[in-house]
Amino acid sequence: MSKDIRIRKGLNINLVGAAEQTISKAVTSNVYALNLDDFHGITPKMLIKQGEEIKAGEPLFYNKNNEDMHFVSPVSGELVEIVRGARRRILTLKILADKEQNYVINKVPDLDTANGEAIKSYLLQCGGWPFIKQRPYDVIADPSATPKAIFVSAYATAPLAADPDFILKDKEQEIQAAIMGLSKLTPGKIHVSIGKSSRSPFNDIKGIELHKISGPHPAGLVGTQINKIDPVNKGEVVWTLSPQDLVMLGELLLTGKFNAERIVALAGSVIKEPKYYKTKIGAEISTFLYASGVKEDRFRLINGDVLTGTKTSTEGHLGFYNNTVTAIPEGDDYEFFGWNKPVFNKISSTRALTFSWLQPNKKYDLDTNTNGEHRAFVVTGRYEEVFPLDIYPLQLLKACMVKDLDEMEQLGLYEVAPEDFSLTEFICISKQPHQQIIREGLDLLQKELG
Amino acid sequence: MKEKLHQLKLKYQGKKMAPAFNALHTFLYTPNETTHSGSHVRAADDLKRTMNTVIMALVPCLLFGMFNAGYQHYSAINGFPENFDLFEHFLTWDNFLVGITTILPLVIVSYGVGLAIEFLFAVIKGHEVEEGYLVTGMLVPLIVPVDTPLWMLTIAVAFGVVIGKEVFGGTGMNILNPALTIRAFLFFAYPTWMSGDKVWVHEAVERAGTADAISGETILGSLAQGSDYSYSLADMFYGFIPGSVGETSTLLIILGGLFLVFSKIASWRIMLSAVLGSLAMGLIFNGIVEYQLIPEYSKFYTLMSFPYWQHLLVGGLAFGIVFMATDPVTGAQTNKGKWYYGFFIGFLSVMIRVFNPGYPEGVFLAILLMNVFAPTIDHYVVRGNIKKRLKRFKTATIYPKASDEVDSLKTETA
Repeated sequence: MSKDIRIRKGLNINLVGAAEQTISKAVTSNVYALNLDDFHGITPKMLIKQGEEIKAGEPLFYNKNNEDMHFVSPVSGELVEIVRGARRRILTLKILADKEQNYVINKVPDLDTANGEAIKSYLLQCGGWPFIKQRPYDVIADPSATPKAIFVSAYATAPLAADPDFILKDKEQEIQAAIMGLSKLTPGKIHVSIGKSSRSPFNDIKGIELHKISGPHPAGLVGTQINKIDPVNKGEVVWTLSPQDLVMLGELLLTGKFNAERIVALAGSVIKEPKYYKTKIGAEISTFLYASGVKEDRFRLINGDVLTGTKTSTEGHLGFYNNTVTAIPEGDDYEFFGWNKPVFNKISSTRALTFSWLQPNKKYDLDTNTNGEHRAFVVTGRYEEVFPLDIYPLQLLKACMVKDLDEMEQLGLYEVAPEDFSLTEFICISKQPHQQIIREGLDLLQKELG
Repeated sequence: MKEKLHQLKLKYQGKKMAPAFNALHTFLYTPNETTHSGSHVRAADDLKRTMNTVIMALVPCLLFGMFNAGYQHYSAINGFPENFDLFEHFLTWDNFLVGITTILPLVIVSYGVGLAIEFLFAVIKGHEVEEGYLVTGMLVPLIVPVDTPLWMLTIAVAFGVVIGKEVFGGTGMNILNPALTIRAFLFFAYPTWMSGDKVWVHEAVERAGTADAISGETILGSLAQGSDYSYSLADMFYGFIPGSVGETSTLLIILGGLFLVFSKIASWRIMLSAVLGSLAMGLIFNGIVEYQLIPEYSKFYTLMSFPYWQHLLVGGLAFGIVFMATDPVTGAQTNKGKWYYGFFIGFLSVMIRVFNPGYPEGVFLAILLMNVFAPTIDHYVVRGNIKKRLKRFKTATIYPKASDEVDSLKTETA
């Protein structure tokens, strides 16, 4: 059974350098790293010391607020460095990998008979839990809450993002196991969205509510789908997972092994041969970046897609949740009379001597220039054209900026994540940092009311 | 040049004068700023481009205003030409010369005074110079009478920018449209000058009372006094009539408006609803005359019987609807709100026009009034969204947390 959802508002950002659909095996990385910023709101408590040996799947640290929630090592090896920042906050954990990988094999629960509690404590213990995120607040799910539904988006509309249908090929078994496990954690439904004419493996999965979605970005964002299918109300909780993480959970539930392997799209106009690589969470990006080759010396390397990813460098490591690595040119150059010249080589949502509306399917080579300076909010009515959620985006942003908790709540902050505002941020004429504003708003709301 | 300016920018960084320097620098070059947080790529448009688009839409009105200033001047002296020919009588050097000598000073004063204050506030408050005044500075000379004394304009601009905008925090924070605040200040501070029948045509004031006296009455002025006017409909549409500098040519205003709607800079919702609003009020007044609800000797009779759709051709209504009502900062911000906001601007403009005995023009007052009400309109529109959310909340499925949850899960999975 499937239901069709059609998104009309939005904007596709077509960039050059989409990954070709072939998979190469990345060179094995020497050092793996977990970036703690990936786990928003988690205060880590280390379980092993620097210099100690660890197996793949063995806990590295736990969540200070919930001792059961373990974060495990993607590989076996020696914890060589704990990088700390201001006030000794842990930033990064670096593990020097063994030549021969040793895995912890956990005792798997029986999926047919195990109850929700058993599944839950299994996932918490074995490092599968951090893949489950929750709304409100867009953080790792609180295990003590029961979600009214679980959402998975297997439709990617973000620029240059990895194609879920491609990376999920032949993973039906793992996905089915993960769905079976997760279905015991919620009395509600598991909603999965796929592209309208997609040959997604989800077509054959049982126990889900399948939605066929079409339309421009942000149709593929899970926040858009939640809003259209079953929006979050105050007090309600929904969980979200990325489809690739479902595969990892599935394998964890079937074999008891935390397999950090994943297929990553390396894309962007800077990459000579953009394609897919098989690598592991936390691997050095350079292990596959230079295999494809780069066209320039100076570029922006992004963990994730260009709208929501985090900035990294050629010494950086693949993020915990990312299945896309993007490289685009840096734009730190001046442009003579850039504000009044006709623009042909950049994307715009207006037609103010900008001509991207003439060729909606043309692929662009955008750089990181902001194309203007930060200003106060002036223009109105523009965000609504690319924002399909039933929320007033400008009003919500302003409520977050002035820290008006009541308004934030009433205008629907519970329903959104920062990524839902990535497209409004992209088109913002005043160059306001929308995602940061929403993130700070969510943090404040969680601190005060959560 | 690019390198030198970059070095200078680094040198001035953190200094008090940095905003002033940066304002000039970014005028020449789009800055080398790159994205830091959130989205790594950004769309091509910025505020400068937005403002620049509005200015481009205004340029035809300004040029037309210059020729029209000369045309009205000479026609008032020598009489309107028979067999009017566009190139022979209108687009002439003589006309343009009159226009440029009277209107260019208005433009220079408007920009000079306004931008000086903007720079001053930017330096004092240490923020960047925002582009809002680029449009305001262009609008101001277009909505004042051609013979406005420069000293009056200086005071009005200073008042409008400081009280109308900077005290609220600058561009994006103001409640009232700054250009209209300036216009309103001129009107209320110098009523005898601004509402007379002499300021609309160049030199009409100086010549008043002499043997060479010329008339400078606008169509609305004539109507308000119950007298007739001698302009054809085509004159009104093309704009060969006396009036404020840039507001006379309905044709060019429509073209500018279409350009703004096409380029998605201005809201078509506001424009369309304002036109509908003014037609509605005009029809009501025409109806009152039709059914003889007011006597013919009433002082409102002539204006009320003025055909409803011609209100859009005379005075500043069309200009106000296209360029002033659509100001995104002071207008309604929600799409639904824009319909109400625009409608009432049109509706009230025509109403004030007819009922204001001293000065038969109501557009700027109507827009300023609706500027004040725009947040209220938005408030109720946003309330609607909130109510919908609260209604949904009633059927929310909230599961109990922690300890109770174990039991409920057991029953679920049993």
